[in-house]
Amino acid sequence: MAVIEVSQHVDARGLSCPMPIVKTAQAVKTAASGELIEVLATDAGSVKDFAAWSRTTGHELVEQSADGGVYRFVIRRK
Amino acid sequence: MDEPLNLVLFSGTDDKLQAAAVLTAGAAALGKPVNVFLQYWALDAFRADRIEADHGLAPEAGVAGRLAVDALRAAGQASWADTFRQAKELGGVDIEACSLSMDLLHLEPTDLDPLVDGVEGVTAFYLNAGEGQVVFI
Repeated sequence: MAVIEVSQHVDARGLSCPMPIVKTAQAVKTAASGELIEVLATDAGSVKDFAAWSRTTGHELVEQSADGGVYRFVIRRK
Repeated sequence: MDEPLNLVLFSGTDDKLQAAAVLTAGAAALGKPVNVFLQYWALDAFRADRIEADHGLAPEAGVAGRLAVDALRAAGQASWADTFRQAKELGGVDIEACSLSMDLLHLEPTDLDPLVDGVEGVTAFYLNAGEGQVVFI
């Protein structure tokens, strides 16, 4: 697994829809172009939400994984 | 995705207002502008002295619904007012009070929570709505 440098961490564990996406959108506003944002979420709907959000906004979903009910998303700010 | 989402809020119960807030926040997170038009009991819920109060739930919630809503709040879910505030932070969200409903409820703009950006009539609402969908809650 390649080591990647994440600029911001968003801990959305325990938050229900729409907060994982809202918190990520807030983080994107303060991120510079090209920076990576890592998001952790427990909301099951977030898998489809992040795919849809990434497609719509153009911020690339670089990585995603799940481990024991925690979903991890890495987004590159466009 | 550039056409605004236009929500007309009529119901003032906490469940419907939370649903409206979630729709608003989701759209804002996608960069979609949102215009919210507050009428009747939804406007009443945005009164500065009442916004954090208990506005009850729609009758269909019943006892089980009340327990479910309370459990989610106890687990840390934001109030609908806070969800609207977070949505506004993302930009593109405008919340207006219906001037007819202001008259109905004998309200002054200073009676309303700062979440409300202004007062307008239905014509201005339609102009701002453009080609976007209008949703009634």
